[in-house]
Amino acid sequence: MILQSDIVLLLPEITLLSLACAVLIIDTFSRDPLRNVTYLLGQLSLLITAILVIYLYPDETTYAFGNSFVSDSMSTVLKAVICVITFVVFLYSHDYLKKHEWMKGEYFVLGLFAVLGMMVMVSAYSLLIVYLGLELLSLSLYAMVAMHRESQSASEAAMKYFVLGSMASGMLLYGISILYGVTGSLELDALAIQISEHSEHGILLVFGLVFVIVGIAFKLGAVPFHMWIPDVYQGAPTSVTLFISSAPKIAAFAMAIRLLVNGMHPLLGDWQEILIILSVLSMATGNIIAISQSNIKRMLAYSTIAHIGFLLLGLLSGSQEGFAAAMFYVITYALMSTGAFGIVILLSRRGFESDNLDDIKGLAERNPWFAFIMLILMFSLTGAPPFLGFWAKWFVLKEVVASGYVWLAAVAVLFAIIGAYYYIRIVKLMYFDKPETMTAIKASQQMRFALSINGLALLIIGLMPGLLMSLCITALVQ
Amino acid sequence: MPAELPLLSLLIWAPILGGIWVLYAGDRQEMTVKYLALGVSLITFLLSTLLYTRFDTSTYEMQFVEFTPWIEAFGINYHLGVDGISVPLIILTTFTTMLVVLAGWEVIENRLSQYMAAFLIMEGLMNGVFAALDAILFYFFWEAMLIPMFLIIGIWGGPRRVYATIKFFLYTFLGSVFMLVAFLYLYSEANSFNILELHELQIGLTAQKLIFIAFLLAFAVKVPMWPVHTWLPDAHVEAPTGGSVILAAILLKMGGYGFLRFSLPIAPDASLAFDDFMIALSLIAIVYIGFVALVQQDMKKLIAYSSISHMGFATLGFFIGYSIYAVTGATGGAVMGLEGGMMQMISHGFISGALFLCVGVMYDRVHSREIKDYGGVVNTMPVFAAFMMLFAMANSGLPGTSGFVGEFLVILSSYQASFWIAFMAATILVLGSAYTLWMYKRVIFGDIANENVAELQDIDSRETLILALLVIAVLLFGLWPAPMFEIMHPTMEHLFEHITQSKVI
Repeated sequence: MILQSDIVLLLPEITLLSLACAVLIIDTFSRDPLRNVTYLLGQLSLLITAILVIYLYPDETTYAFGNSFVSDSMSTVLKAVICVITFVVFLYSHDYLKKHEWMKGEYFVLGLFAVLGMMVMVSAYSLLIVYLGLELLSLSLYAMVAMHRESQSASEAAMKYFVLGSMASGMLLYGISILYGVTGSLELDALAIQISEHSEHGILLVFGLVFVIVGIAFKLGAVPFHMWIPDVYQGAPTSVTLFISSAPKIAAFAMAIRLLVNGMHPLLGDWQEILIILSVLSMATGNIIAISQSNIKRMLAYSTIAHIGFLLLGLLSGSQEGFAAAMFYVITYALMSTGAFGIVILLSRRGFESDNLDDIKGLAERNPWFAFIMLILMFSLTGAPPFLGFWAKWFVLKEVVASGYVWLAAVAVLFAIIGAYYYIRIVKLMYFDKPETMTAIKASQQMRFALSINGLALLIIGLMPGLLMSLCITALVQ
Repeated sequence: MPAELPLLSLLIWAPILGGIWVLYAGDRQEMTVKYLALGVSLITFLLSTLLYTRFDTSTYEMQFVEFTPWIEAFGINYHLGVDGISVPLIILTTFTTMLVVLAGWEVIENRLSQYMAAFLIMEGLMNGVFAALDAILFYFFWEAMLIPMFLIIGIWGGPRRVYATIKFFLYTFLGSVFMLVAFLYLYSEANSFNILELHELQIGLTAQKLIFIAFLLAFAVKVPMWPVHTWLPDAHVEAPTGGSVILAAILLKMGGYGFLRFSLPIAPDASLAFDDFMIALSLIAIVYIGFVALVQQDMKKLIAYSSISHMGFATLGFFIGYSIYAVTGATGGAVMGLEGGMMQMISHGFISGALFLCVGVMYDRVHSREIKDYGGVVNTMPVFAAFMMLFAMANSGLPGTSGFVGEFLVILSSYQASFWIAFMAATILVLGSAYTLWMYKRVIFGDIANENVAELQDIDSRETLILALLVIAVLLFGLWPAPMFEIMHPTMEHLFEHITQSKVI
């Protein structure tokens, strides 16, 4: 039976769904080649959803639809962050699409559906709902990557993404079916109880766990399930890359928390070991291969992989503070990644993607302000104070040390140093080299404003990180 | 007295905000930028002299303490305070920055406002390093400082500046991150990032050793100690004059400061265990690097190697204490070693800064740092030659200059530990004189070597002012070092008392 309270709990999702459908219909009838109406309505939908999410902040964890949907402080914070990040992504994308005369209303509609998928993932409390949200997100993303029909690289990227992504979804589903077969429950709390009672089926449970982790690792992009990331990041239009690299990582993090922590906490020891391997491999592969890239998008793709390694460190420390650290990390990362791809979009012009490392040469002379913003982004990605990226690394490392893995922290910082090289190389190109062209940067006022805020936020929150940290801690520490 | 002035916060934030203001003024108003930068650095220096006049020399306790919670969830505080170790270093920082601003006055032609701003922001961050009493706050300033330095070397440096600055950044970053891991480990034991509380923490010997090694990686790279010194000659040679001065005068001192503030008091038993090792590294730096300096062709490189060798004296002074204590059982000699090391750091700040400025003066005119491109400079620049003479003598450790005081104290105290250590250390007096005076002879004396030298103009009033200020400092600390000892004596005595007590559980 559907209760009224269930509906209230789902209000943000229901609203977003209705608005997205409305935007889709309006877009169909819109004759405006610039799609301003679609864009503005899309942004409005995100804002309304975000306000609703925050307004419905639950005092305590509440469940809906027979414990298959949850609303707690983590879901509220993450949903709000997803809406805000997507808002910024849409803003940057709008500039990109306009610049490249490739304005498509579908971009925003699909984006809204992807956000809906992410929100479902964040709040899912049953194995099937997790899968439902994930597929809604993934299918929207596949279509977004493929949207640029004339581009060969985009089609190739979409194909790769689709094939590998479906396979990962299949794996996840297989893992879910094994878990269901052993425990007979889909709901996460019941699953956790059943797992601790069915310890005689240890092997079978771990077998299921491995498949679930494959699914999560693929969505996050952890080594050895990272193959799609560089190709998709490079091949897709920059606006799509920007989207894929930001908010969906937050949703994937939420999925990891729901499945591993809420659902399979009794198997902590098992997944901890697996995550250690994934994490070290990701940090190593990501950081080392990124050095040899000459394409910024591809370099940032490998940098993503390395950051995912760090994110996993927070998860595997196994404490509630550790999960809070991972949450802090993923939010920070989404902010930094949005900014970095934002700069790539800013530098691009019609018919020119500006995604080679050489294209950024001498930016400090062409445009000192945005060179400075990029400098903040790069040092923040490096993990140097006073920027937010430092606190993200610091928080994760602190929890890793607290859980007794001092050696793992030492390995992590070692790879962070290797990573520092390719970030400061960008700073070198911007500040120490002569520009190859003095073409003025074309961007709308709102884009310039938003990008400046995005960069400065890393500095300002970096000076006062306490609030965001407490937010993450209250979200995950009961 | 009116409400207590937050002096340390002012010393940190005034130059940083001043730097942002300078950036905002931009390159179009050149004179505004220059006078603004000078004004900010002068005010900061004057503020820092208040530290000296208001300092209470009767106690080792932290003074001018400021305490504001910063990140309450983890007990990280904005906690500042200074004692006899940090006050001289802060004054050295503000003094040197003022000179650097003056030195860049006419020399820097491109992106002047960014240049000045970078140094001012650096000044604030360096003051923060010396004043921080919270380990994370310390690390925050320590790492943040790398960014302006990275840009200074990379933008205004010489031909191989990119290589030098990336090497500098990665090398120092490599060292520091392990220090961060050590801090995190200490937090998991002590549940606090307060440095003074960490000093009291009881730690097992193995853990202490690992912590000591993590700290050593960070501080040895900064000092720099042999064999992790290789970034320094590159960075020095490629950096603009101002960058070299700040590097030599202050950045290197942070390593020494780290030993005094962290390694020794937090891991005293490990320090004792690694005592011989540290003395050996210091002696290698003094003797071997001294020989390396002898064969340099490039003046800046020569002074860079001379810096490594002289900083070896500081680390020798810091770690000789345990050996003296073991031999004589008296604390007097050991405290003298610590004070000698500290004196050496301050004095080296003045002297190496002065020598780099001297090279800068010649480089601005001839655009070469090679010794062979000079000769007979005294004929065209007599006033300059006289100034440089004094600094060369000070670098050789001539009595009456500040260079003598620190070296003499360290040699004297190491004699109490072992004759041979003192003997090896004393070779610096010979080697130091050899490489400094030989360079001086080849550059300044003799006949005029070429047309460039013949056309040299003697130093103008601005350059005279800079060098004269340094002369005053060098002679003042050489002839009357008492105020310096007065400030640091209680702190050093307490420090030694602290580090001779075992903390092993």
